Amino acid sequence: MKTEAQSNKVNLKLFKDLSAAKKNPSDCQSSTGPMAYYLTRLKTRQTYSWVGKPLLDQKLHYQTYKEICVKIDGCSDIHIQVGQFVLIEGDDEENPYVAKLIELFEDDGEPRSKKRARVQWFVRFCEIPVCKRHLLGRKPAEQELFWYDYPACDSNVSAETIIGPVQVVALAPDEVLPMDLKNEKTFFVKLSWNEKSFKPLSPELFAELDKPKEGSPKCQKPIEAKTKGVESPSSATTEQVVKRIELRHSASKSRQTPRAVTPTARKRLELGSVPGMANTRNSQQPSCDSLGSPGRTKKKVASSEVTLPSKRSHPDRMDTASPTLRGPQKTGKVQLICTQGENNKASYERHRNLRTRVPPLRSTEISDKRTLCPVGGGQKSSTVPSVILKPENIKKREAKEPEALNEASSTSHRVRRRSSLLTLNRIRQQLRFLDNGKCDQEEEEFLPTAEISVSSSDSEQEEVATPPLTRRAPRSVSRNLRSTLKLSLEIPSKTPQKTPKPRTPFRATPQIRSRKLAAPGPSNVLEEARLRLHVSTVPESLPCREQEFQDIYSFVESKLLDHTGGCMYISGVPGTGKTATVHEVIRGLQQAALTNDVPPFQYVEVNGMKLTEPHQVYVQILEKLTGQKATANHAAELLAKRFRTQGSSRETTVLLVDELDLLWTQKQDVMYNLFDWPTHKEARLVVLTIANTMDLPERIMMNRVSSRLGLTRMSFQPYTHSQLQQILASRLKHLKAFEDDAIQLVARKVAALSGDARRCLDICRRATEICEFSQQKPGSPGLVTVAHLMEALDEMFSSSYITAIRNSSVLEQGFLRAILAEFRRSGLEEATFQQIYSQHVALCRMEGLPYPTMSETMAVCSRLGSCRLLLVESSRNDLLLRVRLNVSQDDVLYALKEE
Amino acid sequence: MSNRKSKNNNLMHAECLSQVQRILRARFCHQNPHSNLFGVQVQYKHLIELLKRTAIHGESNSVLIIGPRGSGKTMLINHALKELMEIGEASENILQVHLNGLLQINDKIALKEITRQLNLENAVGDKVFGSFAENLSFLLEALKKGDRTNSCPVIFILDEFDLFAHHKNQTLLYNLFDISQTAQTPVSVIGLTCRLDILELLEKRVKSRFSHRQIHLMNSFGFPQYVKIFKEQLSLPAEFPDKVFAEKWNENVQCLSEDRSVREVLQKHFNVSKNLRSLHMLLMLALNRVTASHPFVTPADLMEANQLCSMDSKANIVHEFQKFIQRKAHSVYNFEKPVVMKAFEHLQQLELIKPIERTSVNSQREYQLMKLLLDNTQIMNALQKYPNCPTDVRQWATSSLSWL
Repeated sequence: MKTEAQSNKVNLKLFKDLSAAKKNPSDCQSSTGPMAYYLTRLKTRQTYSWVGKPLLDQKLHYQTYKEICVKIDGCSDIHIQVGQFVLIEGDDEENPYVAKLIELFEDDGEPRSKKRARVQWFVRFCEIPVCKRHLLGRKPAEQELFWYDYPACDSNVSAETIIGPVQVVALAPDEVLPMDLKNEKTFFVKLSWNEKSFKPLSPELFAELDKPKEGSPKCQKPIEAKTKGVESPSSATTEQVVKRIELRHSASKSRQTPRAVTPTARKRLELGSVPGMANTRNSQQPSCDSLGSPGRTKKKVASSEVTLPSKRSHPDRMDTASPTLRGPQKTGKVQLICTQGENNKASYERHRNLRTRVPPLRSTEISDKRTLCPVGGGQKSSTVPSVILKPENIKKREAKEPEALNEASSTSHRVRRRSSLLTLNRIRQQLRFLDNGKCDQEEEEFLPTAEISVSSSDSEQEEVATPPLTRRAPRSVSRNLRSTLKLSLEIPSKTPQKTPKPRTPFRATPQIRSRKLAAPGPSNVLEEARLRLHVSTVPESLPCREQEFQDIYSFVESKLLDHTGGCMYISGVPGTGKTATVHEVIRGLQQAALTNDVPPFQYVEVNGMKLTEPHQVYVQILEKLTGQKATANHAAELLAKRFRTQGSSRETTVLLVDELDLLWTQKQDVMYNLFDWPTHKEARLVVLTIANTMDLPERIMMNRVSSRLGLTRMSFQPYTHSQLQQILASRLKHLKAFEDDAIQLVARKVAALSGDARRCLDICRRATEICEFSQQKPGSPGLVTVAHLMEALDEMFSSSYITAIRNSSVLEQGFLRAILAEFRRSGLEEATFQQIYSQHVALCRMEGLPYPTMSETMAVCSRLGSCRLLLVESSRNDLLLRVRLNVSQDDVLYALKEE
Repeated sequence: MSNRKSKNNNLMHAECLSQVQRILRARFCHQNPHSNLFGVQVQYKHLIELLKRTAIHGESNSVLIIGPRGSGKTMLINHALKELMEIGEASENILQVHLNGLLQINDKIALKEITRQLNLENAVGDKVFGSFAENLSFLLEALKKGDRTNSCPVIFILDEFDLFAHHKNQTLLYNLFDISQTAQTPVSVIGLTCRLDILELLEKRVKSRFSHRQIHLMNSFGFPQYVKIFKEQLSLPAEFPDKVFAEKWNENVQCLSEDRSVREVLQKHFNVSKNLRSLHMLLMLALNRVTASHPFVTPADLMEANQLCSMDSKANIVHEFQKFIQRKAHSVYNFEKPVVMKAFEHLQQLELIKPIERTSVNSQREYQLMKLLLDNTQIMNALQKYPNCPTDVRQWATSSLSWL
């Protein structure tokens, strides 16, 4: 008991301290993540010191320790021992790294911090490269970790990056992953990840992981206190906490409670969800207590007690807490609770009952909170939750709109009086599901609504009474709530965690519906050839780009091996295989990574043309790297942070930026950032950029941007005719569909025109079609001859102007003649309509055609203009509109003379 | 009795005629894909084969259909799609997206429209139309997911294709063509445009991704074919209820097509434009003259219609306003100043004359420089048509305009 009292004191101190810190406005930023408290944490100063005598490691010649003490601004100590699980500062403050502490030692060789720690890393699902996530074969649980079985990863970190301890529970392969838990600080490990595959934990490993959990409660207690203090400085009182825990408990047991931690606070408020309710409750309870209005409290007691039996009555298969532990605990609790209302007691009791798999330390934690509360109650009055949202809530609840509530399902965990029966049934149902393993998602999501709707009805009388309060509150409250939620995660459970995403299938994977009938394979040689000649077909190798391939490959490979970063600029006219070659390189490297020839890397590709706006590139990169969604500005910050801070278990990132010129902005900040990140040592970023123009860096980039891009350039020359020939031959391989002369012809023709391989393939494809059409007998496909190819070439490259002129009507041809005559007369390349009209009339008279009226001629003129045979001003100018030819005069003459 | 019979006959006649008018008007006004194709069989075959390959084999393609206005581009594609949908295995396998450059004036709207037409919004839930960027990445992701053999081919039909080329960065076109050139969801991108210089409008990277297949519709038929089309357009279908009347009508049409004056009219029309739509216009005007008392189209009708068609719009106005010109010319002694000014303003309103510069407030109206938007020949023609023209106007015209 004494120790408890002491720790309580510590708690209080810490509590005060942090609530003071909280007043600092900079801390109050509305960070959306549930881990917002890390922000706060980062701003406080820690001092790290060794605890205990050093042991000299004979082999390694440095001193090892068993325990480290983290002091936060000198007010509280957190003791962390070797073997515990810890959070380690990472680039993503919402998701710090998780690791197991293996060794603590002092290394004088390290310049920056002498206190070192050796850790065994765990990876979160979001840290796994996007491309490999599918290997898991299922949806990861929210709090799931993977044992990082990858020796190449640096496990030596500075001890000062340790944020604090965390709970990691190892699950046997047959155990169900808890899905629905709100516990932010308990993670679950079921599989290991070695950069290639997920494997179940080996039994030894499992045993080893399970052990430290039972570890020293002594050292965990302060930690508990610390987190609590940090998280809920203002209004999180013990009673609230307890209640929440209790509620959550009942809910989490029934497996349906959605996470109260929605990513955006705004959403939560709008929906009038639990946070709101919880707030009001918080604010109110103390006041009730202090005013001593017994009626109200009693009501609560009653309500909570009613649920009790129901809760108890149904089987909780996870109730594994040992009775021996429970006994003493209860007594302790009773002592403490005296000061408090009975309701708490009741709820507490319930909480205890429902507890599953509780390690001993948990009970102490609870009692800590209990003792805290009287004081907390006094403090609470200053920070008050919002009530602005309350009327809304009530209204909604009264109406019991199923939808609203459904949406608000990130909500209430209250189960009371009237609801008890109902919920009991529900819970039973749920449990059945639980036993069956996975249950239907729909069901899961729907059920809570009913529960809420019931439970909410009785909470409303209480809430109406509370006076409206300040506006600022919601934010802090939601934060508090978050923290309390976090605390409550001590409830270990197998209930699955719902994804933090709201209902909106924000990341719904869209899909074009699949075809009903299978596509038939090619039935003859020509069809086969056409399939192979399609640009989309990826050939096994890229002929004629061996040199470029080699250069890019060795560039990226060297960067990967050196763990450094760099930029490369690749230019070339369209259709010269730039993107294809880079893809080929990446494919090669990925294969090499599989065989451990090069370290594994993450590959991200963005295309300037597939963005609506240059800054969107940040959003895309971030999403492909981590799966997060953010606005452009936020994404830029996150990326900058990611690439500028030391990542402990980070692998190299290879970024391909296609159509670079589209990323040009006035300030060139996007390009600057892209080329600046790789210059940081920690970034380990290789940027490959592709554009069409060779001198793009000189032409459009500022000096500071082009200097960062560096001089690693490569330019893809247009294909020569022999190369094109080789490409065609390699695609067709042994397929005899073309005459050799035909291939040579098309290769030469295209090489002379553009050297665009796409063109070459398209022409050949068209030629196979023409060949097929011209075939009289179906089923006996002949060879594609030169004649067929010539026809295809004509179709694609011949100017359509001449045919258009030849096929135009008599009057149109006459008008063109009149234009030529007028041009010749005036010696200019431009004439007004009036002038041409008079010429036209004269011409018609000469040829014996009927006299053309002005309106007809005007119509003719605008028709020719819409085809762009003529360039015509807007018709507003009527007679005086100016007309120009869009074709050369010779072409017109040639076209008109033919007949 | 006979009186009654004839009355009955008349009634039946009237019914028949109204039916005829309905059928033919529908034919002339709607571009229904039921009508026959004239002289575009080769192009049609090319297009339908292309679509079939997309639908059945999942081959991605892109093609532009180019031809002047009224050359039947839309009719061609509608025809092809209709035939495609009649093939059982293809109809279930195809998604169509129709876009028009005049409606989808920017990529944002176009993307929304595509999402809507592909029925993808269900997948997005209440987040149907997010920001432009989200929309784009969403759609691209959707299209990227598929592959040649498994996903349903999508046919994109872009009417007024040239307008899409004016969108910023040509993002939409790039992405559509890019999809058609990579192993993603099979798509066919079909652009319809009347601009012959369309390829020059495309950016080079967009152009490189376009397959350069072009189908040209050029109205390449000659006059005999034109007459045949005329005949076909005017004759009644075999399934017309009153067989006797239909036979008579068709006989009459045959006669018409052989009549000299009709051929003259048609020849003249053909010379002006080969556009089938203008032929429809002509036939429509002639059809409107058909009544119960005047049951068949006569050559005179066609001539009248032709005159209506080719009438010079200004000539009409001119002869009405000759008197104003006259007043203007002789205002010095004939009329009061306000009267002249009024007449002058009237001319300006009809846009027969136009101020050279923007009318500035400062300059006095009397001294504004004006442009005459009439040709001398037009004035002469108008004078000839206008019988009661005052002699001094006539004199003025002959004396002052003849030197030109």
